[in-house]
Amino acid sequence: MDSTILLFLVQDGVTNGALYGLLGVATVLVFAVTRIIFVPQGEFVTYGALTLALLDTGRVPGTVWLLLGFGLVAFVIELWMSRHELDARRIGKEALAKIVLPCLIVAATFWLAPMKLPPWANLLLALAIVAPMGPYLYTIAFRPVAEASVLTLFIVAIGVHLSMQGLGLLFFGAEGLRATPLSSTSLPVGPLVITGQTLSIYALTLVSMAALTFFFNKPLFGKALRATAINRLGARLVGIRTSLSGSIAFVLAAIIGALTGALTAPMTTIYYDTGFIIGLKGFIAAIIGSLASYPLTVVAALVVGIAEAFASFFASQFKEVIVFTLIIPVLIWLSLSSHHVEEEE
Amino acid sequence: MSDLLLSIRDLHVAYGKVQAVNGVSIDVPRGEIVTVIGANGAGKTTLLNAAMGILPARGAITFEGANILRRPVEDRVGSGMTLVPERRELFATMPVEDNLMLGGFLVSASERNEQIEQVYTRFPRLKERRRQLAGTLSGGERQMLAMGRALMAKPRLLMLDEPSLGLAPLIVADIFSIIRDLRSAGVSILLVEQNARAALRLADHAYVMELGEITMSGKASDLAADPKIVETYLGIAAH
Ligand SMILES: Nc1ncnc2c1ncn2[C@@H]1O[C@H](COP(=O)(O)OP(=O)(O)OP(=O)(O)O)[C@@H](O)[C@H]1O
Ligand SMILES: [Mg+2]
Repeated sequence: MDSTILLFLVQDGVTNGALYGLLGVATVLVFAVTRIIFVPQGEFVTYGALTLALLDTGRVPGTVWLLLGFGLVAFVIELWMSRHELDARRIGKEALAKIVLPCLIVAATFWLAPMKLPPWANLLLALAIVAPMGPYLYTIAFRPVAEASVLTLFIVAIGVHLSMQGLGLLFFGAEGLRATPLSSTSLPVGPLVITGQTLSIYALTLVSMAALTFFFNKPLFGKALRATAINRLGARLVGIRTSLSGSIAFVLAAIIGALTGALTAPMTTIYYDTGFIIGLKGFIAAIIGSLASYPLTVVAALVVGIAEAFASFFASQFKEVIVFTLIIPVLIWLSLSSHHVEEEE
Repeated sequence: MSDLLLSIRDLHVAYGKVQAVNGVSIDVPRGEIVTVIGANGAGKTTLLNAAMGILPARGAITFEGANILRRPVEDRVGSGMTLVPERRELFATMPVEDNLMLGGFLVSASERNEQIEQVYTRFPRLKERRRQLAGTLSGGERQMLAMGRALMAKPRLLMLDEPSLGLAPLIVADIFSIIRDLRSAGVSILLVEQNARAALRLADHAYVMELGEITMSGKASDLAADPKIVETYLGIAAH
């Protein structure tokens, strides 16, 4: 093996690792605010990627119907959960957020999709379609059991993953799609070529990592979001709207997921289940980061990405096995060194 | 505006089919300490939780003249009431100082900084331990932190659920003297206590709760002298 191959493998690994890092960061974020181990993070990747790819071809993506459906169900569940506190103003606000908003987005999509907008405009439209699904999903699946144990929330998350993947198959079909790249810039560095696409991936990963680390540790609002996960009732008693905290976490997670998808879609063909595999590797990175540290998660994701690149070069049929085996020594080490403060009932 | 800060009328709270609070009416006048005493399971915690909005209830709850029965907890905090719950509900994995700052989540940054100095003056112990995780505090310190956190919101009404629970007599005396100071500082207090003797000595007005209903009420000093109360709630030590 010569040094050029080595460089190619490292570059490939770092690029994939940065994508896993983005998803890992989103997983840590959701856990920090809601205690949910958010398995379906990768579904946002699929939805984002396929929505963008379909918009590229001038078609209206099936995700718009999902958006409408999620909004409607979330509206009904919201009203039921707040039935003791309802008044006209509250109902109006909920209708605006969960019925009017998705209707507007769907209408805009029908109007804009056939125009074949430039890639960046399609990206914004795809984000507008996928991002609100995060909070709707939170209201539908997790708010009703928000006080439950981490294990219960995890099981619900697996259920959500299975249904989202099923819905993905239903609305996108089994065929794979690719999107047009956002930028065609590329600059040669020695034997390597760095594209604008990969540069934006690196930038996005670093910025999310730094921004979230800052946001959750410095401003009071970030601490308030974390407090929601630590003690929900305590948070309400100091005036934090815990359902808003959860919605914020989920809208960020959906945006990060959809962006990851949009950045991946021009590089590889995306099928209805591609997001899950990518998400799973981000998930491993998040676990290695103890679901707590954003920088550690990103570092772990880079290790996973590079290990995967070398594994696929030397033993491609064992690639996934090697990557997923990485997690075992880490879990053993974590369980031996853990002295966590007991979760309060 | 009347001098009633909080007024609860004919309040009913149920856990499923089990009625825990049954037609309770209570008033907290401005600037007073009002106590509710009663045996275990009488419904005192249920009453406070419903007043704060943690539990849904039927009846009427007015705070500063406004009907708040259907307002969510967060709104009630914003309008000037706070609860120190029976189980404290601190942010265990956060330092003392973050717990306090979050207590002032709804007030402005300048008020928050002003308020935390006052809390530290009232509870110097918390200042010493401001970097310690709340989950590692002793029982007494946790109670101080819970009260400090509630005070950070600059409440006009402070509701306390058994502030003396599990504390040594010396610390109980401290906590009760702080409650008295708070009244002088203009905070009205609704106090639920097992320690009926101390509560009646401290309070201006008192209610006795039994099986979800108010069975007696009056000036705290009158109730403290009532033979039936002496026998049931103040025990042999009063003989
Ligand atoms: N979540 C619940 N589900 C069902 N019943 C409950 C629940 N919480 C309380 N109860 C019941 O309601 C009644 C009143 O309870 P509550 O906690 O209000 O009493 P309390 O006066 O505060 O008692 P203590 O002095 O022991 O704290 C009790 O019979 C209790 O068993
Ligand atoms: Mg109680």
